[in-house]
Amino acid sequence: MSGRVLLPLLRRDLLLAYRRRTELLLPLVFLLVVVSLFPLGVGPGPQVLARIAVGVIWIAALLATVVSLDGLFRSDFEDGSLEQVAVSGHSLARVALVKALVHWLVAGLPIVLLSPLLAIWMNLPEGGLGALVASLALGTPTLSLLGAIGAALTVSLNRGGQLLSLLVFPLYVPILILATSAVSSATDSLPYNGQLGLLAAGLVAALTLAPMAIAAALKLSLE
Amino acid sequence: MLKSHQLLLERHFQPVFAPVDLEVRGGELWLITGANGAGKTTLIRLLAGLARPTSGRLLREAGTVAYLGHQLGLKADLSVVENLAFAAALSGGDALPIQRTLERLDLADASHQAARTLSAGQRKRCALARLSLTPASLWLLDEPYANLDAPGVKVVDALLAEHLDGGGACVMSTHGALRPPDLPWRELAIQPWEAPA
Repeated sequence: MSGRVLLPLLRRDLLLAYRRRTELLLPLVFLLVVVSLFPLGVGPGPQVLARIAVGVIWIAALLATVVSLDGLFRSDFEDGSLEQVAVSGHSLARVALVKALVHWLVAGLPIVLLSPLLAIWMNLPEGGLGALVASLALGTPTLSLLGAIGAALTVSLNRGGQLLSLLVFPLYVPILILATSAVSSATDSLPYNGQLGLLAAGLVAALTLAPMAIAAALKLSLE
Repeated sequence: MLKSHQLLLERHFQPVFAPVDLEVRGGELWLITGANGAGKTTLIRLLAGLARPTSGRLLREAGTVAYLGHQLGLKADLSVVENLAFAAALSGGDALPIQRTLERLDLADASHQAARTLSAGQRKRCALARLSLTPASLWLLDEPYANLDAPGVKVVDALLAEHLDGGGACVMSTHGALRPPDLPWRELAIQPWEAPA
C-alpha cells in the first residue's frame, strides 16, 4: 500500500489535537510549573540555579513528554480507529511515524520554543542557550519516537500510564546525558558538536528503527 | 475470496472454539452464529487479520477488507462528514459519494454534528456508511444489526444486496435474534471445543 493515507492521517490527528487543545496545554503548564518549583525548593541564588539549570530543564522536558505520551494511541485504541487502520492494509510502521510526528509537533516542539524562557528563569549561563535549544530540537523527536514504543506496548493495559514511565525513562537516559553534557560544554566555552552529533545519530536511528518497533507493539496490543 | 483451514485460536492454552473450515466465494453472505461467548467476535477478528491464529491456515485474496467491530472506529471529536472522509482516504475509496450515502442512511441532517453527540443508532449508521465508500470486496461485520431500528436494518440489507450483486462477499456475526430477511445466506455455527478423548 502506498503512503497516500499519511497526509489525511496527519491532517486528521492535527485537527483532533486542535479540537482538544486544552488537553495539549496541560503538559506545557506542567513543564512550566516543575521548572518554577526548583527556585522555590533549592533557593533562588543565581549561582545555584545556573549550575542546575540544564538538568532541571531537561528533566522537566522528559517528564512533560511522558505525561503527554499516554494518550498517544489510547483514544485510537479505545474507539476502534486503530483496528480500522490495521485492517486497511497500510503499513503500521508509517502510521506510527505519523503519530510520533504529530506527538512531537504538539508536545515536543512547544518545549523547544519555550526553552529560551526557561533558560532565563533558571539563569542559564549565556553561552548555553544555543546548545540548549539545539539539544532539545534534536532530542525531543527521539523522546517522542522512543516513548511511542512504550505507549504502544501499554495501550491495552488499564493503568498503562505508570508502567509507561517505568519503561520509557531508562531509554531516555542516554539522551539526557548527551544533552546536558552538550550544554555544560557550551557554558564552559568548549566545543559541543560531538554531543550534538551523537544526539542527531540517535534521532536518525530512532527514526528508522522505532516505527517498526511501534508497529509490532501495536499489533501485539490489538490481539 | 477467503479460505480458512482448521483455524484455531487458543486463549490461556484453551482453544476458544472447534477448528473452523470456511470458504467464502464472491457473492456469498455468511452468517456466523453461536451463543454469547462462543467466539463470534474472536473469529471475525481472526478473519480480519487483527489476531493471529494459534494453528490452521487463513488465505485471503489480495485487496482490502472492510471491518466493522464493536468499537465503531469513529472519532468522537470529528463530525460525521470528517469521519467518513478520513475513512474513504484510509480505504482508498472515493470521498465524492459521501453526501449521497448520508442521505441514504438518513444522516444528512446530522452530517456536521460531532460524532460524540450522535445516538448509538446514528453512530452505527455512520460506521455503516463507511461500507459504501470503501472499494473492499470482503466485508467482515460484527453484529451489524445491533442498535439499529427497522428502517436502519432495511438500509443495511439494501447495502448488502448491492455489495453481493457486485460480486462482493460478506461474513457477519449475529446471535440469531436478527437475520437479514431477503438475502440468501449460509450459516457457520461455531462449535465449542471438545478435547479429543
